[in-house]
Amino acid sequence: MAQSVYIHIPFCHEICHYCDFAKMYYNRELADAYLDHLHTEMSLYLGSKKLKARTVYIGGGTPTSLNEKQLEKLLKTINEFIDIKEVNEFTIEANPGEFLEEHVNVMTNYGINRVSLGVQVLDNDFLNMLNRNHAVEDVNQTVNLLQRYDLTNISMDFIYALPDQSIEHFKKTLKLALDYNLPHYSAYALQIEPRTVFHLRHQQGKLNKPPEEDEAEMLEMLMDMMEQAGKRHYEISNYADKGFESQHNLAYWNNEEYYAFGAGAHGYLNEERYINLRPVNHYNQSLEKGEKPVLHREPITLKENIEEEMFLGLRKAEGVSDLNFQRKFGVSFYELYKSEITRLKQKGWIKDEHSRISLTRDGLMFGNEVFASFLLDEPSYKRAFRN
Amino acid sequence: MLTENKQKNVRNFSIIAHIDHGKSTLADRILEDTKALTQREMKEQFLDAMDLERERGITIKLNAVQLRYQANDGEDYTFHLIDTPGHVDFTYEVSRSLAACEGALLVVDAAQGIEAQTLANVYLALDNDLEIIPVINKIDLPSADVDRVKQEIEDVIGIDADDAILASAKDGVGIDEILERIVSDIPAPEGDPEEPTKALIFDSLYDPYRGVIAYICVKEGSIKVGDQIKMMQTEKTFEVTELGVFKPNPVAKDELTVGDVGFLTASIKNVGDSRVGDTITLANNPADEPLSGYKRLNPMVYCGLFPVDADDYNDLREALERLELNDSSLQYEPETSQALGFGFRCGFLGLLHMEIIQERIEREFNIELITTAPSVIYEVELTDGDVINIENPSLMPEAKNIKEVREPFVRATVMVPNDFVGPVMEICQKKRGNYVDMQYLDENRVNIVYDIPLSEIVYDFFDQLKSQTKGYASFDYELSGYQPSNLVKMDILLNGETIDALSFIVHRDFAFHRGKQIAEKLKKLIPRQQFEVPVQAAIGNKIIARTTIKAMRKNVLSKCYGGDVSRKRKLLEKQKEGKKRMKMVGKVEIPQEAFMSVLEMDDDN
Repeated sequence: MAQSVYIHIPFCHEICHYCDFAKMYYNRELADAYLDHLHTEMSLYLGSKKLKARTVYIGGGTPTSLNEKQLEKLLKTINEFIDIKEVNEFTIEANPGEFLEEHVNVMTNYGINRVSLGVQVLDNDFLNMLNRNHAVEDVNQTVNLLQRYDLTNISMDFIYALPDQSIEHFKKTLKLALDYNLPHYSAYALQIEPRTVFHLRHQQGKLNKPPEEDEAEMLEMLMDMMEQAGKRHYEISNYADKGFESQHNLAYWNNEEYYAFGAGAHGYLNEERYINLRPVNHYNQSLEKGEKPVLHREPITLKENIEEEMFLGLRKAEGVSDLNFQRKFGVSFYELYKSEITRLKQKGWIKDEHSRISLTRDGLMFGNEVFASFLLDEPSYKRAFRN
Repeated sequence: MLTENKQKNVRNFSIIAHIDHGKSTLADRILEDTKALTQREMKEQFLDAMDLERERGITIKLNAVQLRYQANDGEDYTFHLIDTPGHVDFTYEVSRSLAACEGALLVVDAAQGIEAQTLANVYLALDNDLEIIPVINKIDLPSADVDRVKQEIEDVIGIDADDAILASAKDGVGIDEILERIVSDIPAPEGDPEEPTKALIFDSLYDPYRGVIAYICVKEGSIKVGDQIKMMQTEKTFEVTELGVFKPNPVAKDELTVGDVGFLTASIKNVGDSRVGDTITLANNPADEPLSGYKRLNPMVYCGLFPVDADDYNDLREALERLELNDSSLQYEPETSQALGFGFRCGFLGLLHMEIIQERIEREFNIELITTAPSVIYEVELTDGDVINIENPSLMPEAKNIKEVREPFVRATVMVPNDFVGPVMEICQKKRGNYVDMQYLDENRVNIVYDIPLSEIVYDFFDQLKSQTKGYASFDYELSGYQPSNLVKMDILLNGETIDALSFIVHRDFAFHRGKQIAEKLKKLIPRQQFEVPVQAAIGNKIIARTTIKAMRKNVLSKCYGGDVSRKRKLLEKQKEGKKRMKMVGKVEIPQEAFMSVLEMDDDN
């Protein structure tokens, strides 16, 4: 049974130059209508019995682009379909400087207990270059505001290897970030995605991405500084104090099922991964007809399920446990991936302790190479499951 | 059985046209107007059956279609429309298919006029004594200039263009007149049904159940199902199992006689036993002489084809056997490369031919290939006086054993509008060409003739020509013989090891520059490995260029993508797939493109 819920708010006041998620410029009427449709969608899936979920995550887009009335409407909807008292972790993504005390008031009233701040970089020139609509000063204010309301479970998101960014520059951002001593940090290397401003600039040769050497060094430095600050590197891009790991994101890495609501959201239910319709008007139209707004469904075969168990699980510091694997699939991964595991161990990319395999620090640098090794060829898969 | 009267009413013809002058569209209209196809059956451009042909808009394989036409004189005629390939690489096949005809429609674009390639094929048609009917097509175009094109036909080809048919195949204009003129202008096939049989094979293809399907034109006598036939060149005999014609779908017949154009099967299993240009006769009453014009074609360009997956070697052999049958000009023999393992060194008529064969192997036979850079045949005179042919650069003897290296030259004829004479001459000079001649065809058009090493033509000469002349140049070439050149073998070393499949032969004057270019190019093409990979270019023991592919430092997807696991999976699958397409040579993974890179020389590099 899925115990995690993702809700997508596709509106933004500014469109960032790197972002390829489902998003559009905020518009009050559209947002009102969208929230109604979100209500319909949740009712189609959840009906009248309140869902017992462990984690709820409101992402975007920018959830805080909604005004406080709309935010309240959204949270009411969520409370209508989900038993919030049972929820351990209820996260909302927020942009620094974009919301007021009233917002925070609403958040706490309806059970939100974790805020993920899209900080990205702590330098106004760089924020400008990314087309973020906040400034460094806003981060300070926002953190203070949240803490005043006892919303202390705060995470900050960062992007590194930005155009023209030096290793020193990233170090400065990291230092400033760690000064806040928040319980959770995430950091992602910039990825140039199609249909973004950066992609266009990249194609025109106008985007000065740091060389791979620098990017690698930034990651090494990031890991070192987080470790010194006592933040545990519990997943490739995530660092946290003990007990403050993101439960919601761990559900993804643990290969669990989850609901997804909203335009362009990705869900995983009844052995099927699905993606919702985007953009917003397609999503709306489908719900107006009373239909689930699904664009595409992809049944996950046993083979794919196994592969995902491995390449998602290996993202975590704790890696994948064979005991768990056997319980789930009735076969040991040591048998299924015999030659791969031997090879990766020889390379020093994975370690194998207590019937559990996980990435080494070297292996982490080449995570994709490790993950791709766990995609099964038909023959080896069939051999293992011929009975 | 055809009566004499019937033979009188047969017309065998083909269509000669430059690429995109509208041949396929015209063929379609003729099929339509003779009701060979219902509208529903009518796929656009019916004669170009293969996907590849359709995509490239050119005809590779020959086809023969039988049509019924009731002429204005009230009589019923049987037409055989024999389609010809439209590219410079396929001259021999064009000449064989023309040999099956008595006449040809010469289709000229009303705006662009005659192109060099059309000219070459018209000469082939005249050599075969064909009656030529000029058709000026695309008269609907705003830029059409019928008078100029007529003048050009008279000046360049020397045939009367006064009664050229004005047509627009696209709009169906002029088609009736074309059909009538086929009846009135093109002679009926001569030949005597009582004479010993001679049938020309002008194409063939392979069917796994029926064996070879030969496309034939009966020139003398007749063939019946059950006859013992003999191939006059290969001297093999077979029993005819099936005869038929294409209407355009195959229709079985008991007998084919003089003037008939159709197909024949005879349980011919061996691909080499039915060669284009060969003459079929009857085993018990053979003709004295085969039809003239048979040639075993000599390839001009060679390259190595290796399966990416070594397990596909036998499939690749089979694919080549099949293709050779369909394409008499393809040659191949086994080759072993230290870098690439077992494969075949294949000979092609030209580069387009090479590309088409590669694509067909990948597409129709589903074998992934690594192709080495194309090479020509070098003549090497050794110090001991022996002369050897080298078609594989890695087999070039050591410099100290070589007295002289000679390379093939072609006589290249480039036809361009006046304004582009400068750029064309510049390209030819850069390609080590020797000026031969220049003729003005009219006040606008010039024929420029150069002798150019074939090795310089094989890669991007045509592309450069097109880009420097805004697409106006047309180009034809024929082998003009061997000349001594100051050539050296360049080796490429990756991680300290010579990669034989990357060796190539280059003029000494260009060696330094090319070595540097290629090292840089490989640096771009070969992805970072787990370790640093030095790239070196060497002549003999002397390293002339060196660069380094840095070690991979980081490859991990950190981005969260929300819960979009499918996307992560696709990324990983792509990475794994990409690895499969690479060849592990020593410790280095090399992508397919790298092996072709040695001849790809953009000068801005």
